[in-house]
Amino acid sequence: MTNANSREHRGSRFTALLLCLVPIAFVPFLLMNEQARDFLSFRDGFLRASVLGTMLLALNCGLLGPLLVARRMAMLSDTLAHAVLPGIAAGFLWSLTRDAVAMLTGAVLTGVLSSLIVSLVGRSTRLKPDAALSVVLTVFFAAGIALIKLISNAYPEANKAGLDRFLYGQAAAVSDADVVMLAAAAGITIITLLIGYRGFLVMAFDEAFGRAMGLPVRALHYLQMLLTTLAIVVSMEAVGVILVAGLLIIPASTAWLLSTRLHRVLWISALVGMAAAPMGAFLSYTGENRPTGPTLVLCSGLMFAAALLFSPRNGLARKWWAWLQHGRRIRREDTLKAIYRHLETVDFRPLELHTGEASTTEGELRALVRHGLGEWRSAAFVLSPAGFREASRMVRNHRLWELYLTQHAGFAYDHVHDSAERMEHLLAEENISAMMRVLGGPKTDPHGKRIPSLEDTVESLRNQPANS
Amino acid sequence: MTPAVEFHDLTVSYDRKPVLFGVDAVVPEKSLCGIIGPNGAGKSTLIKAVMGLLPVEGGWTQVFGGPLDKCRQRVAYVPQRSSVDWDFPVNAMDVVLMGRYGRLGLFKRPEKTDRAIAAEALEKVQMSAYADRQISQLSGGQQQRVFLARALAQQADLYLMDEPFTGVDAATERAIVTLLQDIRGKGGTIVAVHHDLTTAPVYFDHLLLINLRLIASGPVEEVFTQELLQKTYGGRLTVLSEMAFKGMKKPEFRDPRE
Repeated sequence: MTNANSREHRGSRFTALLLCLVPIAFVPFLLMNEQARDFLSFRDGFLRASVLGTMLLALNCGLLGPLLVARRMAMLSDTLAHAVLPGIAAGFLWSLTRDAVAMLTGAVLTGVLSSLIVSLVGRSTRLKPDAALSVVLTVFFAAGIALIKLISNAYPEANKAGLDRFLYGQAAAVSDADVVMLAAAAGITIITLLIGYRGFLVMAFDEAFGRAMGLPVRALHYLQMLLTTLAIVVSMEAVGVILVAGLLIIPASTAWLLSTRLHRVLWISALVGMAAAPMGAFLSYTGENRPTGPTLVLCSGLMFAAALLFSPRNGLARKWWAWLQHGRRIRREDTLKAIYRHLETVDFRPLELHTGEASTTEGELRALVRHGLGEWRSAAFVLSPAGFREASRMVRNHRLWELYLTQHAGFAYDHVHDSAERMEHLLAEENISAMMRVLGGPKTDPHGKRIPSLEDTVESLRNQPANS
Repeated sequence: MTPAVEFHDLTVSYDRKPVLFGVDAVVPEKSLCGIIGPNGAGKSTLIKAVMGLLPVEGGWTQVFGGPLDKCRQRVAYVPQRSSVDWDFPVNAMDVVLMGRYGRLGLFKRPEKTDRAIAAEALEKVQMSAYADRQISQLSGGQQQRVFLARALAQQADLYLMDEPFTGVDAATERAIVTLLQDIRGKGGTIVAVHHDLTTAPVYFDHLLLINLRLIASGPVEEVFTQELLQKTYGGRLTVLSEMAFKGMKKPEFRDPRE
């Protein structure tokens, strides 16, 4: 078990690394493109700042996202993100310039206000959290949009200042000073998590237990909310308020699919975010009218889709493959059963079979040959010894189950066929021996047909009639 | 001898549900005490109040003769199994290690001895083989054992358990009972919420009978009587439960002319 587990861990680590290497696969293709060469050469200082900036903010969001997902607060991050918009606009109105301090202060204030309202509504009404979150999100966002429209009418120069970019984000607007700020924000998050990780873990898993042990759970909650608000506020110019929640939640959800230990989820999430960031920044950089928010979130979404499909633990691809194999096995077993029944009616002579007999198709027979269950003799099909054994097993399972249901579960004998059609493929040998025991080694099924045994040979069967 | 837990005129209100009124009782040290009563009687509320998880409206509780804050690390709390999300990305060992975080505080990392204590706790509930298992892959009984191991890792003197026998298999129930008796044998005290009347007199040596108020408390042979049980389960005091509900709401304005 330990072995299987560590193999799974290696598997998930491998997939996580592979996911993060996805961007590198694009490199040779990109070198053909002049703009791309420009991007990759990193000569452009503005570009350097914008790529570095997006990576730092993706790191910050990637580390904070898993805690939100773990505490079922994914929607709260979206509400917080939208609620900072009126704060930005109000900050602009107050200072009448793009004064960063005024706008950031406004953003933090309305962000905090929105989460207070959400918890107030949750505590004092019958309203469920999703409704409360939606009300606050839409109202604050509407207020933000209205204020921005008002500002751009009254102060045309505000348009130049680019209040619009706070909606969709523009990584190109990241300056060297912003990079320092983003690095500081990411640093605060990293240090807080390094010190307080165990506290956050207990809070997210079992808050009451944490409080009972005397851990400062309330304080940790407010700290988490503060860090999340900060991450949103410092990211909003580059990514935009509409989609910044995607950077918090998508890498976290991707990591959630890949690991079952919270600390691994944290670092995988950070890696996924940081891998998506340069891709998004590049897409935004190389095209006109490609705001960074959407490109960044699309790239994260791509990685989520990859994890959803190819996660080693429970990826859809693996599930589909297993399902497909299972379906094929059942079809093979049904063919074998049909052949056995046909052979039974002709007293096992001749053993050869032609396509179409026992309603078999050529494809079905070929599948049996491929799996070593039969072979071609000139134009005729013959079961191999393994195939004959398998066929006996299926017919035995079917008839034994029918007998068991009629004798021990009170089923009518004409009500058992459909159930047996399913169960024959699932019965294991220990189930069979248990049934044999309680039924006392029966020889015939409820319809009077002989129940085969795995020891049967063609010779032994030829010497007795099928219906005894 | 100072009692392990003392309730003095304790009154609690909680989330629009019925409340507890004026509970006066003691749980002696080294006892295996069951809290018995019908659904909604306030059994869980009583132990949550001891742990300070609910605001107390009146009265007080004491643990080992003092406020909880003085001896928090001597008390282990085992919440109801359904109170957490078992899809959470942690394995059994991670959960048991959480039992050490109280003593360690926020800033100290668990050391080798902490891991050894956690491993030993898993061993005691026969879950060592599942230490690496993600908790969603455990059965209900196994999950309850992990919760118990987490409490054991706290190395407490008093264990407060909320419905430890709910939704567990017969083998787990036996294992838990043996473990609780073992704890008491070593001088520990256990207070467990329980709702199965057939097993209550077998498992416990002390009982609190509760239905919104204390009906009786004392040694099993004195308290587990037909008369007191009928009083506990035979219907509520209507006025008391009505007032319990009203007490939660703002007083309604009544027009005196009506």
